[in-house]
Amino acid sequence: MSSQRYEVLDTEPFRWSNVFLKWEFILALLLAGVMVAGTIISPYFLDIWTLSDATFNYSEKAIIALPMALLILTREIDLSVAAIISLASLAMGLCAGLGYGPWALACIGLLVGLACGIFNGVLVTKIGLPSIVVTIGTMSLFRGFAQVVMGDQAITTYPAGFSTVGQGYLIKWPPIAWSFALFLILAAVFAIVLHRTAAGRRLYAIGNNPVAAQFSGIPVESYKLALFALTGLLSGLAAFLLTSRIGSTRSNIALGWELDIITMVILGGVSIAGGVGSISGVVLAVFVLGLATLALSLINVPGIVISVLMGLLLIISIAAPIIIRRVMGFRG
Amino acid sequence: MSFLKSRELALGVIVLGLMLLVGLRAPVFLTFDSIYSMLVDTSFLFMLALAQMAVILTRGIDLSVASNLALTGMVAALFAAAYPNVPVPVVLLLAIVFGAFAGLLNGVLVANLNIPPIVVTLGTLAVYRGLIFVIAGGAWLTTDDMSAAFVAFPKLNPLGVNILFWFAVAVSAGFYGFLNYTATGRSLYAIGGNPVAARFCGINIPRHLLLVYGLAGAVSGLCGALWVSRYGIAYVDIASGFELTIIAACVIGGVSIAGGIGTVPGALLGALFLGVVVNALPVINVSPFWQMAISGAVILAAVVVNARSEHRAGKLILPEARRAAAGGKT
Repeated sequence: MSSQRYEVLDTEPFRWSNVFLKWEFILALLLAGVMVAGTIISPYFLDIWTLSDATFNYSEKAIIALPMALLILTREIDLSVAAIISLASLAMGLCAGLGYGPWALACIGLLVGLACGIFNGVLVTKIGLPSIVVTIGTMSLFRGFAQVVMGDQAITTYPAGFSTVGQGYLIKWPPIAWSFALFLILAAVFAIVLHRTAAGRRLYAIGNNPVAAQFSGIPVESYKLALFALTGLLSGLAAFLLTSRIGSTRSNIALGWELDIITMVILGGVSIAGGVGSISGVVLAVFVLGLATLALSLINVPGIVISVLMGLLLIISIAAPIIIRRVMGFRG
Repeated sequence: MSFLKSRELALGVIVLGLMLLVGLRAPVFLTFDSIYSMLVDTSFLFMLALAQMAVILTRGIDLSVASNLALTGMVAALFAAAYPNVPVPVVLLLAIVFGAFAGLLNGVLVANLNIPPIVVTLGTLAVYRGLIFVIAGGAWLTTDDMSAAFVAFPKLNPLGVNILFWFAVAVSAGFYGFLNYTATGRSLYAIGGNPVAARFCGINIPRHLLLVYGLAGAVSGLCGALWVSRYGIAYVDIASGFELTIIAACVIGGVSIAGGIGTVPGALLGALFLGVVVNALPVINVSPFWQMAISGAVILAAVVVNARSEHRAGKLILPEARRAAAGGKT
């Protein structure tokens, strides 16, 4: 026996209930349920080509969901991501008309995204405005600018080889598309940074209590500015992947994506109040939403009905644990 | 006089200045007919901005209003098509009740389950919009499907003024009285200003939240039925994305997204500003594609200006607090 009155443990003692009540565990169960249900309702679901084909539909959104998770973790939000895609796609389309090659276009997309993200970040951190209002404003501004330039026209001429990354596979077998591979690599990087570095811990500190974090010597504003810039940069990357995949640019490209992306993040267990969330949760939520959408579209459920089900999934998955906890609380 | 320095007055001057500028380019814009039709066109935005303001005052946000409007509009259109003999006011009343229920669902999730409003209404935004497709089977309802009385209703002009504008006047007067002269209305400011203090004052926060979301739903429901009968069409995409215009009107009108700050005249002027922009662009031969970019720039300008004036109020306390602290130590 030590002379100390209390024994302070480095980590919480292991309890099975902690594992089962973890949000990631619930998501894993949900994912397993989706896989089983998908296999039952459609014979085409559990096929390596179907599954890899479906990754095209969610990888671009998923790439933006990663930095969005960090933003929401620090109590900020960016509603302008889809508008950034439209502006970056416009810039690539215009430069394609000037004869730039595929890689130059990719750089232009990334730079435009980065610039938009920095613009958001400066307004939020340097002037001190609420991010939800700023990004509602820039959402109209960015997409509005794309609309002014393009009107109802489309840009469809892109150089040869531009479609390689958006439509092609990085690995032939098992078939892994470029966009999906980029998502997996980025997810690994984000997970390491968030969960294994001091910078990651600081993001949690900022989200839990920004004032205390500031007084602990964390440059809160710089971190937030960097996150907005990163969100813009990866929106630029998504714009490149999407434009390269569909080979055309319209002012309404990626319309409404911000809601899908935020749904991924929130379903992934990142709290809108800040300070709670993990990359593994977001990745699991991406797969739950992506595969559920695939399963439903395989049995010809209309897209708008799928969006009803995804909305319900979001609300129920957040409300159910609260209700269950409350009912159990009354009993215990 | 505080009235002369008020933000509403400044905004009013800006709106008038904008109208005069447009009038210089195209005098037709300043004729009575033109201004009248602009006000009637903006009636929906007036009503919805006020309802949204009540929600934002409590530190909430309702992203589902436009979806609720479209859903209730479709329900009202289907009802009016199935029962053409039911008088239109009854249809409107049913629409208000239906919309209020959809709003109350948001309210229960926000107030009783403590789920953040942005999460709840993001979910119901998708759900309500999609339900339109489900209940109508993807069909479009046009004036041919609706009863003649239902289609004629928004064209009525009691006392020579369009009935839509009367609705906007009634809703505005209602909100003005409610927010300024009732204990419940003042409590909404208290909840947004400082929720903890409001609770210690004995304000039942969940009940007030239920009320504002229900109210937002009721106004959306009313606007839904009127929208469908005015434009003579009900389908999945009506008023799609309008929730952002509504929030923009509030922000331009000086309503603080952080809660507790906002006035009825401010929100109305914010809505009027957007109404002027929308109606002025075609008159001065500017492509309507400019509309979105302009409203985005205006939102950013408004939020910067409002942040400045809010900061000033906050900083006043600091020297006094410092003096008090210094005095306490010695």
